[in-house]
Order: sequence, then structure tokens, then C-alpha cells
Amino acid sequence: MTIVWNDPVNLMSYVTYVFQSVFGYAREKAEKLMLDVHHKGRAVVSSGTREEMERDVQTLHSYGLWATLQKDG
Amino acid sequence: MGHGFKATREGVSVHLDTAEASVLRSLVASMVLDVVEPGETGDDPLERALRIGPATEPTDPVLARLFPSAYADDDAASAEFRRYTEGDLRDAKRADALTLIETAAGGKVTLTPEQAQAWLRALNDLRLVLGVRLEVTEEIHEEIAEMGDDDPRYPAFVTYDWLTYLQDTLVQALW
Repeated sequence: MTIVWNDPVNLMSYVTYVFQSVFGYAREKAEKLMLDVHHKGRAVVSSGTREEMERDVQTLHSYGLWATLQKDG
Repeated sequence: MGHGFKATREGVSVHLDTAEASVLRSLVASMVLDVVEPGETGDDPLERALRIGPATEPTDPVLARLFPSAYADDDAASAEFRRYTEGDLRDAKRADALTLIETAAGGKVTLTPEQAQAWLRALNDLRLVLGVRLEVTEEIHEEIAEMGDDDPRYPAFVTYDWLTYLQDTLVQALW
């Protein structure tokens, strides 16, 4: 699964926008994930095969988000 | 440093003073283009052809933030991922920075959807570089409010704040 970590630079509006455009999430879902990152320090933003997660992490890095991937569980 | 992005029928647009456009181009050139070198490839022709790059995390905190390790708990997997992706990521960040430099001019700047995405990422990369160097926190607005304008950090902090405003208005205009 792909995890995004909180950082002090990325704007709340920008992070929400990136979740919407990268994953096609509705604004409500994207905002909830952004708030999870902001308040809990991290959030799982997508899950799938290793290849899919590596692609997601690479895309999120191109937007400057601090993303990592790890196995479920 | 007064205007932000607006949504118009022709696309998102912003009014920049000649001085603002010049400051913006100069910041992106010195803080992003000069810091993010082109995708590095080894001497081996096969590695070059396959665009295989470095495997280790950069020691510079700015570069470590722009190119984070992909696996928090697996160094070997992170190294492998980095070898195959960091070069492309560097080239993509440089291309975004160049798009901003080529389109930021004094007067009304109207961006195509592709240019707007490049600006969004380039402004973010610039803020990441500045943010790491200035060690900004989430309380930056309060810090600036309490900071005297004779504080040596003041010019960099208000510049960062202006870039934040530009990026935030760009996001709002694109929504």
C-alpha cells in the first residue's frame, strides 16, 4: 500500500488537489485523506500490487509529496 | 506581490509585475534547476541506455526531500527503485522548472492546462527547497507575524509566503 506522510511545506489545498488528480478521488474522500495525513502524521492513500504502488509513489514524488510504500499489515 | 491566480475562460491566469516575474524566474533557476541536476547515468553504455541511476539516498537534506526513499523499511528495495526512477524524476522536475521560467513574464500570464500543472509542481519544488533550507514549520504565519523586518531571515520568509500564496491561488483556480 502507498502511504503519504505529513510535512510542513505541502499545502492542505495542494495535497487534496493531488489526491483528486492522481487517484481520481472525489473531493470529499481526498479531503478526508489529506486531513488524516495532517492530523495523524500519515495516511494510506492507495493499495494494490507492488507494481501499481511503485507507480503511485513515483507519481506522488513528481508532485513533491512524501510518499512511501509498504506491504499490507 | 499582490496578485494571485484566477480562473478565466482562456485558462488560469495571473498578473505579474516585471519585477515579480524576474524574481520568480531567478528563484526557480537558482533553487531548482541548479540544485536538481539532469538524470544521472553511469559510464556503462547499457546502464545509460536503460537510464539506470544512483542507488543511494542523497546526503543533502534538500535532495533527500525531493527524492525520498520509496520503502521506509527496506533499503535494498529502495535502492532498486531509486536506480530505475530517480533519473526520470530529475528530468521531469527540470522540465517543469524550465516551463515556468519560459512562461513567467511581466504582465498577464495565461497558462495552458499542461503549463498550469508544470507551474503547480515547480512552485511546490521551489517551496520544498526553500522550506528545507529555512526549516519552516506549520506555524510559519505566526513566525513571520512576530518577526521584525530587520530580522535577517525576514526576506526569505516573506518570499516563501508569497510563493505559498501563488501556489494556493493556482490550486483554487484549477479546481
